[in-house]
Amino acid sequence: MANAQDQILTPQSSNTVVPEKVREGVDLEINGRSYRHTGDDQMPLLWYLRDVLRLTGTKYSGEHGDGGYDLVLVDGKLASAINLPLTKLAGKSVTTVEGLAAADGKLHPLQQAFVDEDAIGCGYCTPGWLMASLDLLNRHPQPSDNEIDQLPNLCRCGCQTRVRKAIKRVAKGGHA
Amino acid sequence: MSGHSDNTVQLSRRRFLQVLAGAAGALVVGIRFAEAADLPVPPALLGDTLYGLGAYVRIDADGNVVIGVRDPDTGTGTSTSLSRIIADELDADWTRVSAVPLGLGVEDDNGKPHWTYGHQAGGLGGAIPAAWADLREAGALARWLLLQAAARRLGVPADRLRCEEGSVISPDGRRFGYGTLAEAAAKIAPPNAPVPLKTPDHYTLIGQPAGDIDARAIVTGQAVYALDSYLGDALVAVLSHCPWTDGSVESLDTTETMAVKGVVKVVPLKPEAGVPLGQTVRAPAVAVLAENTWAALQGRAKLKLAWKAGAQSESSAWFEQQATDLINDKNAAPTTRVRNDGDVDTAAKKAAHRIEATYAQPWLAHATPEPMNCLARIDKDGAMLVVPTQAPQQAWKVVQRLTGLTPGQIEIRVPRVGGGYGRRLDHDYVAEAVLLAKAVEKPVKLMWTRDEDLTQDYYRSASVHKFSATLDGKRQIISWNQRMASASALTQRGVPDDRLWTSEVDAHQLPAGLVANLRNDWYALPSVMPRGPARGMPHLSNAFAVESFVDEIAHSLKEDPLVTRLRLIGEPRMIPLGDGRTLDTGRLINVLKLVADRIEWKNWLRTVNGLGIACWHINGTYVAHAIEASLQGDRLNIERAVCAVDVGRVINPTGLEGQIAGATLDALSTALNLSVSYKDSQVQQHNWKDYPLASMAQLPDTTEVIMVPGDRDPSGASFLAMPTAAPALANAVFRVSAVRVRRLPLLKEMLRML
Repeated sequence: MANAQDQILTPQSSNTVVPEKVREGVDLEINGRSYRHTGDDQMPLLWYLRDVLRLTGTKYSGEHGDGGYDLVLVDGKLASAINLPLTKLAGKSVTTVEGLAAADGKLHPLQQAFVDEDAIGCGYCTPGWLMASLDLLNRHPQPSDNEIDQLPNLCRCGCQTRVRKAIKRVAKGGHA
Repeated sequence: MSGHSDNTVQLSRRRFLQVLAGAAGALVVGIRFAEAADLPVPPALLGDTLYGLGAYVRIDADGNVVIGVRDPDTGTGTSTSLSRIIADELDADWTRVSAVPLGLGVEDDNGKPHWTYGHQAGGLGGAIPAAWADLREAGALARWLLLQAAARRLGVPADRLRCEEGSVISPDGRRFGYGTLAEAAAKIAPPNAPVPLKTPDHYTLIGQPAGDIDARAIVTGQAVYALDSYLGDALVAVLSHCPWTDGSVESLDTTETMAVKGVVKVVPLKPEAGVPLGQTVRAPAVAVLAENTWAALQGRAKLKLAWKAGAQSESSAWFEQQATDLINDKNAAPTTRVRNDGDVDTAAKKAAHRIEATYAQPWLAHATPEPMNCLARIDKDGAMLVVPTQAPQQAWKVVQRLTGLTPGQIEIRVPRVGGGYGRRLDHDYVAEAVLLAKAVEKPVKLMWTRDEDLTQDYYRSASVHKFSATLDGKRQIISWNQRMASASALTQRGVPDDRLWTSEVDAHQLPAGLVANLRNDWYALPSVMPRGPARGMPHLSNAFAVESFVDEIAHSLKEDPLVTRLRLIGEPRMIPLGDGRTLDTGRLINVLKLVADRIEWKNWLRTVNGLGIACWHINGTYVAHAIEASLQGDRLNIERAVCAVDVGRVINPTGLEGQIAGATLDALSTALNLSVSYKDSQVQQHNWKDYPLASMAQLPDTTEVIMVPGDRDPSGASFLAMPTAAPALANAVFRVSAVRVRRLPLLKEMLRML
């Protein structure tokens, strides 16, 4: 299912100046890399990430983004990937759970806090919790319990109290 | 590789340890389960993937340790706890250990399957006890071999060396990393008899806390679930199931579907009437197969599909009425008299005081976060499937039946699973993937959408429990009678009629053994709804009813419900319950008192908030919950949730705490919000909004878990904390609101009665 048309763009090596062709498709950035999608521009970001790019950290668990399993950041704002057709993402910058750790593999403090608090059940909902918690900490570096209560995520294994501890651990550290 | 007899230690008639020289100087010790003569492992399997070997430990030349984990990890922590059981015997450096899920171990024994890994099931509480019994030797033998290799290199006797965190340490303090010894160790002949296991005072990992071994992969989005598995040329299949299991296609027009770019084919799936695909009778379906999920979903939306209704027409309201009528019919004979101690009728006549109450509980779905899915490649001479399953051997049986392939031709991979809760013990979705792959002669990646997952589940039956207890003048309970009606989860699963009750009620449940005259009757109800195993059952529904009723007895006596419970339990002693089961009242009292102390039960009468308590036991494990709840207007807040468990030896306190806290929250979420309803045999819940797992705001901010230390052989704990959370909550709600909730889900009932 991998589409040859979806490729990482590399700078032209030639110095010759030629008129630029009208670009087809949707250009967007995902985790700091540039992509161009020339297939169906109505395809939701979720299936583009999963089926085309094989970035499978963003999960499917239901329609309309219920439960927060498919959350990503678009230009820094929390968004449900299943509700976002690619056409709306032209020129946008997307961050998925795969993009949270540093290039050298060092975990983001929030990821490390989830590990330290063992805020994980089966792990299927964890990427969604991470993205929503990161968004929360970006908006409220010292979130109150009531603010944490507003997270949209659902979990059946019961990781909620440990997620709360992980968020507070990061808040105490003063950075997210 | 030396001869078979040279590299094998026989542990029992059925179990062998096998030593292999792995690729690039690795030492591999595997446990094999033989039926008759064991087969030598083919050299082809000595590479980096050792699917044929069985649960194993591999020490690489660079010092990294890889452990093959045989039981599926559905979030129950088996990858971590099984690895630690082996790694402790090995004295491994835990920071160098990684776990690999093994998939199904099966080979051909004259056309019959031979399960080469022993126990392979997740979420049933059996993984740790089984591993404790038969996996530790693998680590112990590997350690022994490494010691011998070091002894030969250093020219000192092995008993003057010791092992610590992945190294052998010489008498003069020099450290030799396991990796540097692995190649030599693999060439040493194992001893004739099993190597002795550690005594508990030498454990370094068992009993110590450890986070999930896969945590890093999970938080970086690298953990691969079945739904994250792809094959290059697989078609994505999404389904539209008939709302009736006995319905059929009335009309189907695929023109618009086929016009969707990427849609390849539409395939009707029509199971033979009444023949289960897995173990559950599954409705017919129409599958849309496409090059990617988005195309398949669009194609499904454009189907012009009309279903012909089946003959079935049942509603959940009708079912509950039937159940209520049945338990109120004094002349109705029970389907099974599950327990009958003493003489309830005679004792009841002498009573000074009688109390009755009836509790109703709804149908439930499994609602696994990762929906049913399966990747299947079926060729003439082989099959490879990636299956999110709790029971790989059962999945194999389905594949074998539908393909006719031999045992050795079927490979089943089981990556980490996005929640099980009993749903993945059956494999209807695997059957569908196999049938589709055969139909299109291409690999198929099947995915149920949430809508299909909720409406095509097999469900936990609704139940109605009616209690009648009598007390004497001294406030002692002298008779206890439970009448319960439900539809058995075991119907149509090859279980004899006289055992259908076993999924619905436990013959040893409280207060069995504590009340001299006790009768427990089960009434079977028919239903067309598919049913099957569900997390925490049969304890989940019974503990809610029993432990709510004990509270009602306390209230009628104007007594502190903790005092009533402690009086009912009596002195610490061992009470035989039959079938080899024993109730250790001392351990039950202990968990009750632990949660009572923690939540400051002494304030029970005074506090503005409500305190509630409940206790239970399951197969020799003990659990109690205490919950503090408050009410602001009609908003219920769970202020505190305390749980104490006694499971014997604790392998991984962090893992156990996670399981107990998690099951507590799952049980609270279920009790607060969840119910499945159906009309005309069609389930009404289609998405997370209709079947709302609890939000963060509804749940307590913290879960307090108390683990009783113990040295008995470890028990499973994945659902131990499910049963007592809901009755403790309902009892707390009664204290804070004076509303006695006798019907779940709790919030809806509480708001109705406030």
